[in-house]
This record gives sequence, structure tokens and C-alpha cells, in this order.
Amino acid sequence: MTEIQDVDRTPVAVEQAHSELVAPSQLSPGRRAFQTVIRSREMSIGLVLLLVIGAATVKSPSFLFSANSWRDLLLTPSILLLLAAGQCVVVISRNVDLSVGSILGLTAYLTGRLFIDTGLPVLAVVVCGILVGGLLGLINGLLVALGRVPALVITLGTLYIYRGAVLSWAGSNRINASDLPHSFSDLGTQTAASIPILFIVALLVVIGVGYYLHTARGGRELYAIGSDPDAAVLYGLNVRRRVVSAFVLSGALAGLAGVVYAARYGTVSSGAGTGIELQAVAAVVIGGVAIFGGSGTVWGAALGAILLVTINRVLPIVGIPDFWQQALVGALILGAIVLDRLLSQRRARVLIEARDPA
Amino acid sequence: MSIGASDSRTYPDYALPFWRRALLSREGAIIALLVAVIVWAIYSVPYFGSQLTMTFLLLDIAPILLIALPMTLVIVSGEIDLSVASIVGLSSVLMGVQVEHGVSIPVAGVVALVAGLACGALNGFLVAYVGLPSLAVTIGTLALFRGIAIGVLGTKAITSFPEKWTKLAKDEMGSTGVPVVMIAFVVLAVAFTLLLHFSAFGRGVYDIGLNTEAAEFTGVPVRRTKFMLFVLAGVVSAFAGIYFTLRFTSARGDNATGLELQVIAAVLLGGVSIFGGRGKLLGVIAGVLLIGVISSALRLQGQTINVVNIIIGLLLIASVMSTSVLAWVSDAAARRHNRGERPQLAPTGVGIQER
Repeated sequence: MTEIQDVDRTPVAVEQAHSELVAPSQLSPGRRAFQTVIRSREMSIGLVLLLVIGAATVKSPSFLFSANSWRDLLLTPSILLLLAAGQCVVVISRNVDLSVGSILGLTAYLTGRLFIDTGLPVLAVVVCGILVGGLLGLINGLLVALGRVPALVITLGTLYIYRGAVLSWAGSNRINASDLPHSFSDLGTQTAASIPILFIVALLVVIGVGYYLHTARGGRELYAIGSDPDAAVLYGLNVRRRVVSAFVLSGALAGLAGVVYAARYGTVSSGAGTGIELQAVAAVVIGGVAIFGGSGTVWGAALGAILLVTINRVLPIVGIPDFWQQALVGALILGAIVLDRLLSQRRARVLIEARDPA
Repeated sequence: MSIGASDSRTYPDYALPFWRRALLSREGAIIALLVAVIVWAIYSVPYFGSQLTMTFLLLDIAPILLIALPMTLVIVSGEIDLSVASIVGLSSVLMGVQVEHGVSIPVAGVVALVAGLACGALNGFLVAYVGLPSLAVTIGTLALFRGIAIGVLGTKAITSFPEKWTKLAKDEMGSTGVPVVMIAFVVLAVAFTLLLHFSAFGRGVYDIGLNTEAAEFTGVPVRRTKFMLFVLAGVVSAFAGIYFTLRFTSARGDNATGLELQVIAAVLLGGVSIFGGRGKLLGVIAGVLLIGVISSALRLQGQTINVVNIIIGLLLIASVMSTSVLAWVSDAAARRHNRGERPQLAPTGVGIQER
């Protein structure tokens, strides 16, 4: 591993690093809580996000303060938020789900067709979207868990299959906003207390998933499986069941994201959501979830998703052509993983120094 | 008691005669499937047997064939490179921009190749020397290289290239119907086969894929080898980008988007294990051709690309699942054979194996 040369080795710095990492209980609880929050990954992404929004607002005050723009600021990330929450759960269990973009496309088109062909009530259609997404996720999960094949390969295969299915089903047809009932398409613009409904939905999902991962037994088991699958088997965890349920959750959230897509844009073609799976993975990686599982939070992934989408909208405002957005996203991902590596090396070094004092 | 006293061979895999081993191997199965599909297509798909079909088939899959070569080595070493299609796009844009400013094609091509080398070196540095997971790194550089390509050219497309060169990209050798680009492919294929299967470097690649730590202890230069593999992937992708630009006479930022997944699908279909350490170039080439033949035949039958996508996805899943299913079957057979002795089953995890 590459060594970092410019280490702060003054006694005070060493002392402080020591007390933080090796014996945090020496610090007062208040200070510990403060430091945990200040040093968390979520905090730094949150700061970058605020910085980006601040820069845009200084440049053009209407970015934050006009009602339309405020709504867009919250509305645009909603779809990616849902996908990132599901992807986060899958990645924590040391898997990856590349098929979410295709599931989104399939359920978005399904939503439109259900309204046109059956006239079901809105709630039933939403439930249908989630169920179909969950079913497709179940297929992924069963193939991964029973076949003992890496998720990367399986979901790459189902990415093609699900996309092929929606392409042959939809052909060149598209769903238009006029096909959708008003009660549904209004969801895309409605707000409650000036917060868009769709954003509230996404936020509730993120909070629910975050609560589950943080406190529920299943959530903790996912972290255990992700940090060491073999150890999890020996420990007696039902690895297969947990992995399958992680994929079902990811699929169901992608299904919900498809419904949200239909509500937000009104127009759905068979290509909806192509390539968004890589954005979801990128959001998760930027949010500090290790790609080999076992660490990270859904809060980080959610902030990563908002950051990705917001940067896209801010670039033209601060005078950079938005063609450069993708390059910036790439640099952001690389920066995030290099930063993670540097921090974990620092931690390992301090712990080793504490174990064998020179 | 000497080892020679026992009649059983030291390597049980080699106990069978050559032809049975060849048939039972992964590559044998893929090649047999390829031949079966070709025979079926020639007899039942109109125009499939014609020379024109073959020319277009080869022209279409040439980029995948080219990139699959270094990708095989990368995956055998237990890594993955998702950024290849973005390098294709970047090299295509560089070609376009230079030609627009009056640079001749050979010079522009060299610059594009050097850019591909630099892209591969960045991937290789981050993976091999910084020690980051290649999946995360190349998702990042996928966005980065594509972003630079789109940033440089915007939504513009450059479509004026010297006819001499664009004609060469589509040309066939004499009246054989085999495109000229196949010469480049055959040369590269031979070079990569020598590198992977007949050199110390190649054995090192397999070692790294099977067990990185053990490879380190047996003296394989792990970091340098991994670095070289990503550099090779970058250069060959840039070459595929040059071909792509000339063949379609178009340099756009979004050229070849999504090609990386097709390449990886083809490599895995060809019998390379995603965990590394297993796979042969022969199987990969057959895998790419299989995808090409199936899509060409189905399109001639009037099927749309959607059905082709579904079939490729199904084949990919079937090919990786077959390993588990076969292992399960031979496991069950072994258990029946050794009744009484309890086999020790090591627990295996699901998901991506840590490298």
C-alpha cells in the first residue's frame, strides 16, 4: 500500500488521534458525539452539497428563492434517491444490482399501460408497480443466492432481459401525459407545505430504510454478511434469505421509482431509465458505502444522490457548460474512494502504533 | 512406496483422452454451440449464408472482438474494467477534433492511442498501486472519460473524414468478404494468446486471479502486471475507438455508450470466471462470435434488437449458472461415490468475491 508521507506527527496530534481511535471512551460523551457527527462522511457530503447550492444561489438568487426552482431542487433527485436507497442495501451486503434502470423502465411503462388499459385507481397502480419491481428483484435475488454466482453477472444479464422485455412490449409506443389521469400526473407537481409530494415519499423511504439498517436485526445482519460472508455463514446467519430480501427491496424501490418517473415526467418511452443504474451505484459510492460491503449508511447514499443531481443543475448556472457534468461526477467518485482509502490507512496506522508502541 | 507405484494419474483432469477433454471443456461447449447456431442459421435463415451478411457481421462485432482480448486478461486477473466504452468514446472524439483541425489520420490515431494509454494508466495506477477496488475505480473513470469526451465535443458530431481512411475501415480483403480490420484483430488475437497462454506474464495473470497473495509470494510482480493489463485495455479500446470513428464516419461524445456491458457479457459467456483465474481466449472469441451470429441471424429473421438482448441476457445467466449446477451435480456424484466418507464442504459466500 502506498504510504502517506506528510503525516502530522506532533505529540499533540498523535495524542488526539490516539484518544479518538484507540480509546474513545476517554472522551466525554458530548465531545464524542460531536466528533462523530463532525467527522462523519454524511457531514462532509452535506457540506459540499450546501457549498454547491450556496455557489449557485450567490450566482443567481432565483436558484433557491424562486418557488419553481425550489421545487425542482427537491423534486429532481427523488427518483435517484429511491434507487440509491435500494442500491445501498444491496451494496452493503456485498452485492450490486445493475438491473434497477431496466426495472424502472419496465414499471414506468407498466404504470402508464395500467392507467390506459384498466383504469385502476392510483393507489392500486402504485402498489402494482412496487409488486412487479419486487418480483423482478426476487428473480435477481434467487439467481444470486441459489446459483452462488456474483451479483454483477446476474444483474448484468437481467439488465438485458428486463430492458429487452420492455422494449418488445412497448416497441415505439410511448405513454403521454394526456394518457394519465389528472389525479396521478398532479402528484408530480403537488406540494405539501412547499415540499413536493414525491420528495416526501422518497424521504420517507430513505428514513425507513435507514432506520431498518441502523436498528433492525435484519439490517445489522446485512452489514455482517457484507463484511465477511463466510463468517456470517459460520455464525449461523441465514445469508441466502437476507441477500434475497435485499434484492427484493432494491427491486421494489426501483419499481416505486418507475411509478414516480411516470408521475414526474408524464412521458414514458421504452428507453426510460437507461444507464441510471450506474448513477445509483455512483451515488452510493460517493456516499461512503464501501463497494465491497459491510460499511456505510443510507443517509450518505441519499446525500450522494442529491449531490449528483444537484451538481448537474448547478453547473450551467455557475458558467460551466453542463456537458462537463459527467466528467465532474467521475472525478467526484474517484475522489471519494481515494479519500476513503487514505482515511482507513490513517486509522489502521494509528491502531497499529497504539498496539506496538515504538 | 513411491508415487509411481499408483496407477492413477497425478492430474485427474488429464486422465481422459484429449478429444473427450476438449469436448467437456467450457470452450468446447461454446464452440459447439457456435457451430450449431451457424449451421442452423445457414439452413433456415434466408440470406444468412451470403457473403455480405458475414462481412457486416464481422464489421459490427469488430470493436467487441478487439476489446474482449484485453478484457479477458483483466477479468482472469480478478479485476474488471468498466471504462473501456468511455475510452472508445474519448478516442473517437479526439480523432474528430484533430481531423477537424487538419491533422492527418495517422498522427491523430497515434494521439488517440496515447490518450487511451494514459486512460488505462490512470485506471491501472489507482487499482494496482493505490490498491482501490477496480469495480469502483472504473465506474468512476467510466463517468470521467465519457464526461471529458462529451465536454470536449458537446452534442456536436464531426462527420468529415478523408474518404481513403473511411473506405479502408469498411473495405474487405479482395473478394473474400473478410473486412480488413480482421487483419488487425488476428494479429492482436495471436499476440494476446501468446501473452496469456504461452508466457510467464500470462501464467502470472492466472496466478493473480487464483490467489493474489500466493502470486506475490511466488514472485509474480502483481502490481506491475495489473498495471500493464489496464494499460493494454486502454490502448486497445482507443484503437477500437479509431475504428469505430472511421467505420461510422462519425465522431460523437456518446459513441459506443454501453459497449462495456456487451464486452463483459461476451467474455463471461466465453467461459471466463468473474472470480478470476479461469478462462481461455479461444472461448472468449467464440463467445463474441456467438453473440454476433445470434443477433445477425435473428435480425435477418425480422426480430428486433430487443429479442436479441433478451437472448444475450439469458445466455449470460445460463452460462454462469451452469458452472454452479455442474459443480452441484459432480458434487452429488462424488458423494454417492464416497459413501461413508463425509466430504468437507467449505462454506461459500454469495456475491462479489473480495480481491
